[in-house]
Parts: sequence; C-alpha cells; structure tokens
Amino acid sequence: MPGRARNVSLRQRRRKEALIGYLFVAPAFVGFLIFYLLPTVRAVGISLTDWNLMRAPKFVGLGNYATLLSDGNFWHSAKVTLAYVLYNIPLQTVLGLLLAVLSDRLARAVWLRATIIAPYLISNVVAALVWMMMLDPILGLVNAFLTFFGVSPQGFLASPDQAMVSVAAISTWRHTGLTALLFYAGLQAIPGYLYEAARLEGAGEWTMFRRITLPLLRPVLAFVVVTSLIGSFQVFDVVAVATAGGPSNSTRVILWYIYENAFKFNRMGYASAISVVLFATLILVTLLQMRVLRADQSDLD
Amino acid sequence: MKKLTPQAVLGYPVLALFVFISLLPLWMALKIGLTYPDDVYTSASSLLPNAYTPGNFLRVMGLPSAIEVSAFRASPIDFMFALRNSVIYTALTVTGQIFFSALAGYAFARMNFPGRNKLFFAFLAATMIPSVVLFIPNFVLIKQLGLLNSFAGLVAPTILMTPFAVFFLRQFFLSAPKELDEAARLEGASQFQIFWRVALPIQKGPIATLAILLSINSWNEFFWPFLVGRDPSVRVMAVALSDFMSQTGRGNPDWSGLMAAIVLSILPVIAMLIVFGRQIVESLQTSGLK
Repeated sequence: MPGRARNVSLRQRRRKEALIGYLFVAPAFVGFLIFYLLPTVRAVGISLTDWNLMRAPKFVGLGNYATLLSDGNFWHSAKVTLAYVLYNIPLQTVLGLLLAVLSDRLARAVWLRATIIAPYLISNVVAALVWMMMLDPILGLVNAFLTFFGVSPQGFLASPDQAMVSVAAISTWRHTGLTALLFYAGLQAIPGYLYEAARLEGAGEWTMFRRITLPLLRPVLAFVVVTSLIGSFQVFDVVAVATAGGPSNSTRVILWYIYENAFKFNRMGYASAISVVLFATLILVTLLQMRVLRADQSDLD
Repeated sequence: MKKLTPQAVLGYPVLALFVFISLLPLWMALKIGLTYPDDVYTSASSLLPNAYTPGNFLRVMGLPSAIEVSAFRASPIDFMFALRNSVIYTALTVTGQIFFSALAGYAFARMNFPGRNKLFFAFLAATMIPSVVLFIPNFVLIKQLGLLNSFAGLVAPTILMTPFAVFFLRQFFLSAPKELDEAARLEGASQFQIFWRVALPIQKGPIATLAILLSINSWNEFFWPFLVGRDPSVRVMAVALSDFMSQTGRGNPDWSGLMAAIVLSILPVIAMLIVFGRQIVESLQTSGLK
C-alpha cells in the first residue's frame, strides 16, 4: 500500500528532523543549563547555607535572610544603591532625550552619533580611570575649571558627600550617548506628517514634544528605562576601580557589598542571600515598570 | 541656506557641548599619555603637553624607553600581553557565541521537534535573570572544575550562548525566505549544509550587527574576568588597568603610564569606530528595537 509506505517514510523524516533539531540546539542548551538554569537554582541553594568554600557547606535554613534584615550594612548599601539609581537614571534619560531630539532636528549626520557613542565603546574601567584623572584635586581639569570661575576645588570621588554623585556622573557620561542613540532610532519611527499637521495648527516646539514625541516614544522609553534601571542597580565596575566602596563606605553599593562578603569575608551563603533578594527586587521593579509605562503599547493606534 | 531658527541658535551650542564633553576626557588621556611623567602636574590645566614623548607608551608595552622607569613606581604589568589576552577572550566568546546561538536560533525558527516552543520560552525567560544572581554559583563551579585563571574558565559562561543572541538570530531566521532552503534540500544537501551554505550567508548583515554588539561587550567586560582571571597569563586589559591603578596607588598613581595604557586599550575601539562608524551606530540603534 503506497499510502502507508509514505506515512512511514514521513514519520521517519520527522524523526530525523527532530533529531537534527535537538543536535542543533544541544550546545546552546548545555550553556543554558549549566550557566543559567542550574546556577539560578544553586544560588538559592547556597543562600540557605553557611559556606566559606573551604569546609562543606552547613545548612542554616533562612538564617542568612534573617541576618540580612537586621544587617545595618546591607540597608546602608541598599540606600546608597538607590541614591545612585536616582541620580543616574533621570539624568541619563533626560540628557539622552535632549540629545536625541536635538540631533533628530538639527544634525542627522552619522559622524555626530558616532562621536557621542564613543564613551559607550570604552569600558566602565577606562571611564572610571579617565574621570579619576579629570576629577583629581590637583591634576584634574574640572577643578581647574571651577577655580577659574571662583569656586573652591571640590573633593569629588575623595569626598564622602560627593563620591556617589561623582560615580553616577561617570556612568551617565558613559551611557548618555547610547540612550540618545536608542531614542533617536525611536524618533525615526514617528511619522513626519504628525509634526506637519501640528505645525499647521500653530503648535510650538514644546507642545509638539509633549503631545507627539513623548507619547509615541513611550515603548522605546520604557524599554530603555527598564534595561538601564536593571543595569543601574547592579553598578559595580566604576565603584570597584574608582572608590572601592569608600570613602567611609559612601559608595558601598549592593554589588560591592555582595563581592566583599563572597570574596573578602568568604561568606558565600550570605552573599548569595543578598543576590537573591536583589534578583527578586529587580523582577518586581521590572514588572511594576512595564505596567506603569505600558511598554508594549504605542499611542499611535 | 537654512533659516536660522531660535531652536538652531540654542540647539547647536548644546550639541557642541555634548560632543566636547564626550571627547574631552579621552583627549586628556592621550595628552597625559604623551607627557613626560615630571611634566604631568606642571601642564595640568593645558590641553597640550609641554613636550611630547612616546616614552610612556613604550614602557607600558614593555619596550625600552627613554623614560627612567625606576624613578617611578615601576609596574610589572605588560599591557601588550593584556591586549593579546583581550583579543583572545573577545574572539573566542564572539565567534563561539554567534556560531552556537545561530545553530539554536535556526533550529527554533525553521525545524520541528517536540518541546521546541517550551524550550525557546525557557531561553527567553533567561534574559530576565540578572548576572548578579549567577556570578557566585558560576564562580564556584569554575573553581570546582579547576578552571580559575584559564581561558576556558573565562569564556565558559558565554561561549555557548546568551539568551539575547539566540533570540536575536531566531527573529532573523524566521523572516528569511524558505524557498532557498527547500531548493537546497531537493538537491540533497544535508541540514547542516543548508544552514551553513544557505541560511547563514543570507544573515550576513544581522550577524555583523550581533558581532559588533558582542565585541563591544566582551572587550569591555570587567566583572567576570576580575573574578576568575586575575593571573597575568590570562588577565584582560580592563582587569590589568584596574590592577595597575591599585598597584601604583590610588592617591598618587603613575598618571602618564596609566593614561598611555588606557589609550592603548581604546585604540582598537576608536579605530573600529572611525572605519565602521555607520555600521556600529546602526547596530546599536537596532539593539533597542525589537
């Protein structure tokens, strides 16, 4: 019976295709399993133990989480991180938006965008180092500039009151170009006739920005804010290089505190507990933000 | 000629200021890198060195230099070697990740197998996992495998996939025409041949975009190499720079040597930007749009 023979060969072909499909996915699946899925589970597992990597881990239940609640240093690091996020995100978003709108309106040349993206192409480490040089009390141009205008030299990274703002400013310097670029791409998707129509009705720049640009840019805005917020909560590189958590713990952000616990105090369990709490917080923040910004809808419809 | 609107009168100076602030620190790094160590403070507030010297570049590259290194806190860091390590690290992660993610992305887009959609959804969900929760277990695993301070340990977490790369490539394979695949199949090409000779070459553009994005990330990666690759034999540029800073003292570092090393580390990136500016800009622009 020819029909049946065809069925068999079809099934064989399907089976072969499935097998090849699994083979194609296999390497990526191994990477996913070993370096994403299992570690996520293991992080929770480690967080339930007392472990210094030398002796066998000791199960302590939720002990680390209980410690965390009454750990003043943890709450301090949470506060410092939040301060960093509150300096960094609004500044970066507003400056990025300004830069994007200006280049969309006045200068669409690619070289301009290539120039403003340059800080993003260098590492956080280099950004931290060049700004340590720029903010240095003796060597730095910034203090020379301030002195020129009669302002007394500032401590910046060396001052407990200014260090966190300075770190946030360095991050802002590195990321504003990228933020602007993403907004710029979003602006290109807004149909020009909307502006022409608004202009015909006598709308000014500010009105058009508020009534057309901002609402139509919202999906991109939401995406950029959410991703930079998640990155911002995990700030580490600039702190590690420029301040090492100091002066007087003023820049001891959460990730630095986790790093200290894991690799300086050898408290793997406690460090993992903090990372799990941060993980949970980030997911919560993301869901909340997506909701508030209604990320997936544009107002164009 | 364009009319000079009030927006332009206000806007151009602001744009110029953005460009100036973006580039000034890099310019100053170059200037100090070219300055004699003794001159660093005396020419502090000027935009050009009093006298130029290539000496700092030579000494951080481990070459004989006219500058007497012993007068300064001599740093044993060989930045040429760190540069080599950065190239190896970046090349391995970028090629590996693109190849394996493309295989997976192609299978997710074009092949039928039980559990395909569930598996893809799991990959997609993994984009939500922040690195903060992964680094301790991953560090412990690499340590237990005895891979600390090896390239294998450095590249292990990213060489096989990142959820982003799989997702990115799957989208492009989904929208590519199927006819070519079919034609190749009728001619008796194997599934891998179809992938390698037909499906992959069509995606040259998206793959270049992905390669640019991943190269930038790998070249600049600090945290993971800082944890598992501190030994000079595998130490990448970002870690070497940070070590150089802490070795020569945070308060009063060897500024001219440090800035020369920095310029060395960003030179490949700036060269790429000058040559492939348009492509880099366009790649980054697409990274925010789904």
